[in-house]
Amino acid sequence: MVGDGVLEQLKREGRIVVVGASLAGLRAAETLRAMGFAGSLTMIGDEPCEPYDRPPLSKGVLLGRARAERTALPRLRSVDATWRLGVPATGLDMAAKRVRLADGDEVPYDRLLIATGVRARPWPREEEAELDGVFVLRTRDEAAALARRLDEGPHRVLVIGGGFAGSEVASACRERGIPVTVAERGAAPLVGALGGVVAAVAAGLQREHGVDLRCGVMVTALEGDASGRVRAAHLSDGSTVETDVVVVSLGALRNTEWLYGSGLGAGPRGIACDAGCRAFDIRGIVTDDIYAAGDVARCPHPLFGYQFLSLEHWGNAVAQAGIAAHNMVSESVDRLPHMDVPAFWSSQFGVNIKSVGVPSMGTEILISQGSLDSRRFVGVYGYQGRVIGAVSFDHGRWLPFYQELIERTAPFPPQFPTVDRHAGGQRPVDADFPDPSVPSHGPTVTLSGYSPADRRMTFTPAH
Amino acid sequence: MTPTLLHQILDYANRADPYPIYEELRKTPVHHETDGAYVISTYYEIRSLLHDPRISSDARNVASGNADPPAESAPEESALPPSFLRLDPPEHDRLRRMTNRHFGPPHSPHRVDGMRPELHDIVGGLIDGLGDPGRIDLVEEFSYPFPVTVICRLLGVPREDEARFHTWADTLAASLDPDPDADPAERGKDAHEARMALGMYLAGLIEERRKNPGDDMLSQLATAKGQDGPMTTMELLSTAALLLIAGHETTVNLISNGMLTLLRHPEVLQRLRTEPRLAVPIVEELLRFEPPVQLLPGRTALADIEVRGVTIPEGSALWLVLASGNRDPQRFENPDRFDPDRPDIQHLGLGSGIHSCFGAPVARLEAQLALAELARRLENPRLLDDPPEYRQNAVLRGPRHLRIACDGIRP
Ligand SMILES: Cc1cc2nc3c(=O)[nH]c(=O)nc-3n(C[C@H](O)[C@H](O)[C@H](O)COP(=O)(O)OP(=O)(O)OC[C@H]3O[C@@H](n4cnc5c(N)ncnc54)[C@H](O)[C@@H]3O)c2cc1C
Ligand code: HEM
Repeated sequence: MVGDGVLEQLKREGRIVVVGASLAGLRAAETLRAMGFAGSLTMIGDEPCEPYDRPPLSKGVLLGRARAERTALPRLRSVDATWRLGVPATGLDMAAKRVRLADGDEVPYDRLLIATGVRARPWPREEEAELDGVFVLRTRDEAAALARRLDEGPHRVLVIGGGFAGSEVASACRERGIPVTVAERGAAPLVGALGGVVAAVAAGLQREHGVDLRCGVMVTALEGDASGRVRAAHLSDGSTVETDVVVVSLGALRNTEWLYGSGLGAGPRGIACDAGCRAFDIRGIVTDDIYAAGDVARCPHPLFGYQFLSLEHWGNAVAQAGIAAHNMVSESVDRLPHMDVPAFWSSQFGVNIKSVGVPSMGTEILISQGSLDSRRFVGVYGYQGRVIGAVSFDHGRWLPFYQELIERTAPFPPQFPTVDRHAGGQRPVDADFPDPSVPSHGPTVTLSGYSPADRRMTFTPAH
Repeated sequence: MTPTLLHQILDYANRADPYPIYEELRKTPVHHETDGAYVISTYYEIRSLLHDPRISSDARNVASGNADPPAESAPEESALPPSFLRLDPPEHDRLRRMTNRHFGPPHSPHRVDGMRPELHDIVGGLIDGLGDPGRIDLVEEFSYPFPVTVICRLLGVPREDEARFHTWADTLAASLDPDPDADPAERGKDAHEARMALGMYLAGLIEERRKNPGDDMLSQLATAKGQDGPMTTMELLSTAALLLIAGHETTVNLISNGMLTLLRHPEVLQRLRTEPRLAVPIVEELLRFEPPVQLLPGRTALADIEVRGVTIPEGSALWLVLASGNRDPQRFENPDRFDPDRPDIQHLGLGSGIHSCFGAPVARLEAQLALAELARRLENPRLLDDPPEYRQNAVLRGPRHLRIACDGIRP
């Protein structure tokens, strides 16, 4: 417990270190200054550039509408920090309160925020991954390189993994008139995040836009030519796709390795923290000086049975960063819980997709507005008789209403007439999420059990 | 609960300052008078209802009898044709989507921004034309002609016909602003004739544009063959009329309220003079502080809806008092202070949800340019009457005249 004087001193002359200088890190730093933190602030980031925004990388940048270098995040206020860019943090000494850097430096802290996010899961076979023309998409440089390759007009792009990121890449290719094949292990694109009912719509959308969509298959090998350029991919159904650009979109890995052995509750699923973003140590005891935010954090959420939620959502990174920063410089009674309902958006094939809540927790779905046929609709997900999530295709302006239903734990199925349809006659159907033991690609929400210290996954539906 | 609160809102005596009544109203966030509408006055509740799919905007759902606000305060009932403003999905979505295709992103991202130089010229011309600097009626000489000219250019009305357009728009606007001394039947007849004439004119223009399309919005709407198919002539007519009517009185009032508010806050006016970019937050704060659309009276509950513990029964009419939500202390610190430096000005002035203002980008641009130029060019401007004389209309509230004086007009 921090006494009055101690907190004041921290705010006046304390040392706060942020590891991970991207969306969550920057927004946290800005909040700290807005809260009146006047001490020293150090931003440690392994990327050499100032914080930038990732969502445009798979949208405008690939379409050639925006340049990858022009995606810097807008600064909401001056943060007056010492920036250590281009240097990864390699270790943490919790007892001595120091962060170790790759260049041998050690940076002492009074409060530490970890916002190291995730990185793209690489193609598992290293020599194939290194072929010229094989890409992943997480960073600005990767996006710039891929965009340049698309400018050259490849014969065919193969996207491995039909999650949100992979589907957006495919959409950009089609918009540029580039032939594209999508290989998805599940039954349809987006099936892991949204279930089979909605995924069938996504599949129709892709095919209508000329995507060569192959579902229920895995890419087994990539083949290069004599000069080391990728030329073909082999699929588990025995077929071969000739291609000169491969985008590996197999989801993400948490950047937590640097914390292994430190005693912090960090593992492949992220950093476990409490609802106030304070990190747990491996014993399941909450620390008072280490916080986590953004894609790397996993937080228990009261609306979702206090399960730990890992979200790869832009809005979540911003909200969590604000909460973590606030709590870092507040008395325990003034701390705030991170309670925002998860929300996500994606744009692909001319459709604006939004979701709120945790659709992948749902077992049933009801199309409450619009229609699947028109590809303009709202789908409501139910779990144990309550509304747990919602998704919209080109119906985003209604989602705040569904968010309120989720917050109120409203009963499922909802029973009311809406502006475009009369009461009754609507029945929920099985949301058709794949068996969790058969993973599809690129989850954006992961639920991982109740135990803060548990490094094993206990419950991981739908991805 | 005072049974007369609604009448107080409509009472002309309160036009210059309705805000104390709204404050009273917010003590009962869901206010109901026997046989009357349910009046919602708090920010979060209004915002919720604007996103609630159980609330209809379709005029055909308005229950007879208890739904309509007293006739003279519900001008849009009669003034607006059954356009997408008064339709529910899917018809609403289809028409709005088709119209937007030729107006905003993703298909027409440059339409509004491309009008910037032209709007700048129109504003400049109107200011050049102001009469005696010692006695300017800013409403008549500036706020009024500006938006009609803009809509004409947007739709592609030929310059030589703009004058006729102004006449019809004025007559229609007058019908929204009943002069207590004028004969209501006479006024109704004038408005009807103006609407007919406008309709005939537009129908002819559409015909002409079908044959010789230009790059204006009307030509594009008339010749569109998007995934939603073409618009029928009737749909096109009502959409064009909607753009004219929805974008007229509202923008006039935003500019007039804006100048009035700036003249009452000279320090802000002074900042704007040297810092034209301040026009952006100023216009947002104006849409919060003095919103031209004070309330939305035309909505119906399609189901029993619970709001703050009150059940609003199916079929009830709702009034959403945007101007009151914008002054809700639960949402805004010091709500009665005009402060363009507020960190988070998310107002209800342009509505929210699927019916949120279609013309918002044009409205914002018009008001920003107008206020920045007026601030820059009028030398030492001051109000001659405060408060000014207001129009009758309680829904689309604004001054009928705004008399100001200045020492001169800068080039
Ligand atoms: C192509 C793409 C498209 C996306 N589109 C959407 C979308 O449409 N909607 C949406 O909601 N979300 C989208 N996202 C997700 C969104 O961008 C992320 O949720 C957000 O970036 C998370 O921010 P963060 O700060 O937590 O993590 P990150 O942005 O991943 O930042 C973490 C930073 O920490 C650095 N780092 C890692 N390890 C270390 C270390 N040891 N030492 C120092 N620094 C380290 C990393 O290099 C990185 O700079 C998209 C992501 C991508 C990649
Ligand atoms: C300052 C000026 C303006 C204000 C304050 C304003 C305000 C509003 C409000 C509050 C609504 C919501 C109505 C509802 O929910 O029932 C609305 C709708 C609308 N506005 Fe505006 N408006 C302005 C200018 C304009 C302009 C310039 C145009 C046209 C170019 C325009 C066109 C429309 C249309 C077409 C709708 C109906 C949208 C729909 O139903 O989907 N408005 N406006």
